[in-house]
Amino acid sequence: MENNIDVLDRREIAKHRDRPTILYYISNIFDSFFEQHGDRLYGDDPAMWGGIAEFDGLPVTVIGHIKGGKTSDNIRSNFGMAHPEGYRKALRLMRQAEKFGRPIICIVDTPGAYCGIGAEERGQGEAIARNLLEMSALKVPIISIVTGEGGSGGALGLAVADRIFMLENATYSVISPKGFASILWKDASREREAAQKMKITAYDLLSLGVIDGIIEEPAGGAHKNAKFMAAAMHAAIQSALGQLLSRSGNELVFQRYEKFRRIGVYAENGSI
Amino acid sequence: MLQDFFKKAKYITVPQSARAKSTEQNLPPDMWHICPKCSKGQLRDEYERGIKVCPHCGHHERLSAWERISITADSGSFNETDSGLHSVNPLDFDGYSEKILSLNKSTGLEDAVITGRALIEGTPLYLGVMDSHFMMASMGSVVGERLTRMFERATDDKLPVVLFCASGGARMQEGILSLMQMAKVSAAVGRHSAAGGLYIPVLTDPTTGGVTASFAMLGDIQLAEPGATIGFAGRRVIEGTISEKLPADFQTSEFQLAHGFIDAIVPRKDMRHQLGYLLKIHSRTSNNVGGVSVGK
Ligand SMILES: [Zn+2]
Repeated sequence: MENNIDVLDRREIAKHRDRPTILYYISNIFDSFFEQHGDRLYGDDPAMWGGIAEFDGLPVTVIGHIKGGKTSDNIRSNFGMAHPEGYRKALRLMRQAEKFGRPIICIVDTPGAYCGIGAEERGQGEAIARNLLEMSALKVPIISIVTGEGGSGGALGLAVADRIFMLENATYSVISPKGFASILWKDASREREAAQKMKITAYDLLSLGVIDGIIEEPAGGAHKNAKFMAAAMHAAIQSALGQLLSRSGNELVFQRYEKFRRIGVYAENGSI
Repeated sequence: MLQDFFKKAKYITVPQSARAKSTEQNLPPDMWHICPKCSKGQLRDEYERGIKVCPHCGHHERLSAWERISITADSGSFNETDSGLHSVNPLDFDGYSEKILSLNKSTGLEDAVITGRALIEGTPLYLGVMDSHFMMASMGSVVGERLTRMFERATDDKLPVVLFCASGGARMQEGILSLMQMAKVSAAVGRHSAAGGLYIPVLTDPTTGGVTASFAMLGDIQLAEPGATIGFAGRRVIEGTISEKLPADFQTSEFQLAHGFIDAIVPRKDMRHQLGYLLKIHSRTSNNVGGVSVGK
């Protein structure tokens, strides 16, 4: 694997217009699929894909951000920035997956949850918060793969999982490097320096214990060989399911809780 | 002593420039507290001894965590838990450790939250209070850990939780670790809830960003102080996205009430009794779990 690429260059690869999107992965990782729409409360969010699929013959629920592709498609899906109804659609389908005992596969690729008037009026915060709480207690396996941009709470809302993978050039962060530089240094032009400082690559997050594995990309990025990329993701899901399917719902919930419980760095009793 | 806080404060209306007027009256300017909202004055001494609500316009000034505890918990009942946790500098971010140390000194706080066991009108509970004077109560590893421990203790002890929320959001100096605290605390809230625990977040000014997408919005009963800023995305971020000015009442407590995200707005002077009432009601029903008759 190539661990010497500059972070912003990775982000360029991860945002490449030819990079495979969730729509490609749906048809190339799964045997069949049925797309579902709507949160049953307000509407259907074109930034959030959801549905049932078969993975090597096993029924699963697949949920993920729709981002990238042709400009017109990208505009239609709001560049992967979901509204509250997107997160509520995701939750509806995850509860349904639990009811029918289906594992959940999440594909994460978003600059962040949408910031706008309607999103605030309909409770963007509450929607994401509810997903965090409920995902922590779902009694079916959850596997999340960050395929491009893991943008803050908008990404986390689909990533409280038993196994979290990142594609090799994906990033996952609390804020964009540009946002970090402009808020903490009042200088957005220091984006590259911020990106290096923030520890947002798959390698960084693996060493911090935030993710469980890196899925290697073809040289030059996923778009250079999309079929290879889909096959590598298939292999990662297959291996994770192999470990998780034998566990009871209670075991999954207990282990998922412990997995997030451990995250954090602090000193105790003055021993800084 | 608690009664003092709720006694109607005597105040003097200072209609024009309070500073000019106080000079006229030969009172040094620092004897006045000037309301940041309506610019009217109140004798500083009364302001400091009171609950920091403007007698003219009702503006609720931000409180320190210890001020909040003193007007909320029964006198002498607060026992702090899980003190001794300190932020480290996981990203090796320039100036972060120094900033924490200087805030430790200036605020007397270890980090942006205090947690403990307390009584409110006689009912035992866990009480958490975030303090916006400490890095705008942003959530890093210490805040996340301390809140998680509080919910875990409350689950073990079968006690309710009241959490006065205030936050500017994630603590960016801790990078992804700060984001993960949102999931960690939410999971602990979930366990507490699944065990039948009552959780009442009280949203105070400001409750924004990651905290709003986490434990601040996950209560059984959601309360807020009047006029607090409560929202997910920053106002300027939204204005930048839509290229227009937002109305003044956008993302206020009143806005959240109108849109269905909080149960009630409670003025500060009534908060302690409102909490006492809600805690009492729930302690009565929880003693009768599974029973048909709910006590006398
Ligand atoms: Zn005022």
